[in-house]
Parts: sequence; structure tokens; C-alpha cells
Amino acid sequence: MNVLTDNFSLYGEGFLGTIRLTVYSSLLALALGVLMAAFRVAPVGALRSVGTVWVTVLRNTPLTLLFFAMLLGLPRFGVALPFELFAVLALGCYTSSFICEAVRSGINTVPVGQGEAARSLGMNFGQTLGAVVLPQAFRTVIPPIGSTLIALAKNSAIAGSFSVTELLSTYKTLNENGYSVLWSFLWIALGYLILTLAISALFHAMERRWGVAR
Amino acid sequence: MTAHRSSRTSASALYDIPGPRARARHVGYGVATALALAALVAWVLHLLVDMGQFSSVKWRPFLYEGIQELLLRGLGNTLKAFALAAVLSLALGAVLAAGRLSEHAPVRWVSTLLVEFFRAMPVLVMIFFIFVALEVQPLPALVAGLTLYNGSVLAEVFRTGVTSVDRGQREAAYALGLRKTQVMVHVLVPQAVRAMLPTIISQLVVALKDTSLGFLITYQEFLHAGRLIAVNMDYTMPFIPVVIVVSAIYIGMCMLLSWFATWVARRERRSVKTEAVAVAPPEAGSTMPGAPGVR
Repeated sequence: MNVLTDNFSLYGEGFLGTIRLTVYSSLLALALGVLMAAFRVAPVGALRSVGTVWVTVLRNTPLTLLFFAMLLGLPRFGVALPFELFAVLALGCYTSSFICEAVRSGINTVPVGQGEAARSLGMNFGQTLGAVVLPQAFRTVIPPIGSTLIALAKNSAIAGSFSVTELLSTYKTLNENGYSVLWSFLWIALGYLILTLAISALFHAMERRWGVAR
Repeated sequence: MTAHRSSRTSASALYDIPGPRARARHVGYGVATALALAALVAWVLHLLVDMGQFSSVKWRPFLYEGIQELLLRGLGNTLKAFALAAVLSLALGAVLAAGRLSEHAPVRWVSTLLVEFFRAMPVLVMIFFIFVALEVQPLPALVAGLTLYNGSVLAEVFRTGVTSVDRGQREAAYALGLRKTQVMVHVLVPQAVRAMLPTIISQLVVALKDTSLGFLITYQEFLHAGRLIAVNMDYTMPFIPVVIVVSAIYIGMCMLLSWFATWVARRERRSVKTEAVAVAPPEAGSTMPGAPGVR
């Protein structure tokens, strides 16, 4: 029980590290994912191929391999950035492919008439997508994006094994200091539960506020 | 450039059918994109060549028999962990799904609790817990962690499949005098599996990808073998060649399995057997570890 009270700052640091990783990677994943989804429905064939290749390759890459290549590989080539930034890049790029698929299927749920009406008003592709279709698609993709971001929060645990400060890696220090493994893992599990439940609550609130069923 | 006119209605609803000028502009954009990508690739290649990553001395290790054996042994260990985890999680998923569909409330509560807990935990936390706290060997720890997680997800997949079978099927079977186990085994499960097969295969892709987590608990799998070669001074630390070879094989395996899932989904959608009854439409699920396979 006193594992938590004795090591509150250690746990706090790890927890904050996990939150930082989750927030920054989510932002990167959302930005890249929406961009790639736009590419995948664009009228230009080359952009469509870029989107398809991005999604197909990243969805089928083990995240550990991505971390391995980025965090152990890039420093060797003189790309000296903090490890946390590499971790955000790896997590963000990986998750963006799943966000892209969610957004794209959201775009497909918007009735065809919406796009046609926008075009008949003289809007071009960017205007149709950005001002008419995406805002409506956003309402249907709240739940799948929520579960993707929960998965992202859970996947951030991998970063701990690549010397990034986050929640799971705190067990090593606790283990060395001779604390009970069982209790230290219990508090770690609780930390992840709090984070995932918070994301879930946030997306439930968003869903209640903006969501529509189609 | 005319292909997008017909195929996907919702996509082409986003822009007008391009006229001659728009088509010329699109070709321009296409060329610009291709050039930008080519420049990026050329720059990276130039960088790598400058570092000597494509010199023959960095690639020669792959010709050595010992290295090939090391890689193959790693790949074998990866596939062994995957096969064990796949079989065990299918079994666990079946048990937990049966529990969640049980008529006895306590059984239902326990299975629901287990499923929800194991789905909420990061799979890596479970693997580390089993590895560190229970002090087991890396392979059983990896397989147990993957089984608990994927089994819980598959339980939900199975359950969704069974509940999505048209209720007339269940009622007709009961009317014929079958017992509840017989109804489940002979009527509901065969139809549910047919509808859920693509999602199940997609979940197996997740399991295959997650076997690479074994790398973090020193299980001697494919990535581990790759790292041994990549940090070896005797082979002049061929990091990029190793990453290229390892990721090509990993991504290739996962892609094959993903394509198999979409192929099964397409085939099932066309099949007359699924048209007859209302079942959930077969659809390949998400391969994001942690994301629910069922929407």
C-alpha cells in the first residue's frame, strides 16, 4: 500500500510522461490522419496513392518495429532529438493510419446529396470537403476516434522500454528499491485505467454534444 | 485519370468530373507530388549511401549461413509465439463468449468482468506483470499476455456474431426440440463464425503484430535476432540493412493476413449462404491493437 505514498513523485512523473506522450501523439495522429483521409478521397491520383500506401504500410507494421527503427536508428545518423519526440513521431504516425480509416469511413456515411449540393453551389474539392462534408463526418467518427485514441494511450507503454519516461517503466525503479512487484503493478494498472476512462468520458461527452447516428 | 468517375460514388460526389483544364491541372499536381516524393526518397538514399549503408560490406552478413540461421530461428520463434497465442486466444475467446451468453447470471458477471478488465489493460502491462511478478520464461509470458488480451477481444467478436444471427433461427431450432447447447453448436455458432471470420482474422493480425512485444522482454524473436546483427561490430553494425530486411518480412506477413481477411469478407458478402439470413455484414476489423475489432 505504501508503494504509492512513498513514491508519489516517481509515479506522478511517469503518469505525466504518459499523458504528455498521449496528448502530443494524439494531436499529430489527428492532423496526419485527417490529411491522409483527404488525400485518399482527392481527385488527384498521385495523392490517392500516397494515402493508400501510407495507410497500408503503417497499419501492417508492428509498433515495436517502428520504435526500434526510429529510436535506435535515427540517433545513429546524427538526428539528435529527445527520445520523447521520437516516441511521439512513431506513435503519431502509426495511429494516424487508423484515424485516417475512421475518418474515411465517416466521410462515406455523409449522404451523397450533401457533396452534390455543395458542388452545385460552385464549391471546389477543398471547400466541399472542408466546409460541408468533414464537419458532418466529424459527428459520426467521434466513437471510433475515441477508441483509437484509447488504444494509443495503451500503446504508449511501449515507449517506456526505449528509455522514455512513462508510467510502465516506473516498475523498474520500484523493483530495484525492493518494493512489492504486485502493488507497484497495481498502481500502474490503475494509472492506465484512469487515463483510458478519462479519454472515454471525454469522447462520451463529445458524442452526447455533437454526435448523430447515421 | 478517368477511373475515379464511376467506382466510388461518395468519393466522386466530392468533386466534379474534371474537364480538360481541370484534368491538366490534376496531372500537374500529380507530377508535383511524384517529384516531391522522388526528391525525398533520393535525399534519404543519398544520405544512406553517404553513410555507406549500401556498401557491400554492410550487406554481406546476410550471405553468411550463421546469420541466415539466426534470422530464421528468430522468425520461427515469432511464428511459434503467434501460433500458440492464436490457438489459445481463440479457445479463451470461445469460453468467455459462452460465459457472457450463459443463462446463469454469476457466470455472466464473472466473464463480463474478465473481458472488460483484460480489454482495458495495455497488453504490455500484462506481459510485463506476468514476466516480472510471476517470474516465468519470456515465451509463456508473451503467449499468456497475448492470449488474455486477444481472447477477451475475440470473446466480444464471437458474442456480437452470435447475437447478430436472426432470432428466427434460434426460435426455429428451439421449436424443433433442440437443447440450448445444440442450438448454439449446430445453429447459431456456424452462422456467427461465417459472419465474423474476417474480423477474427483481423484480430489475428493484431496478435501477429504484438508478438514483436516479445522483443521487450528478451524473447528471442525476429526483432531480437535483427538487433543482434545490427549491433554486432564484426559485421560493421549494418543497422539500415537489418531494418530493411526485418520490416519487409514483418510487414509482408501482416499484409498477407490482412488481405486474406478482406478477401474472406468480400467472398462472404457475395455468398448466397449469407444472403438467406440476417447476420452482421462480414467486414474486416481494425488491426489497431487495443481498438475494438467490432464496430
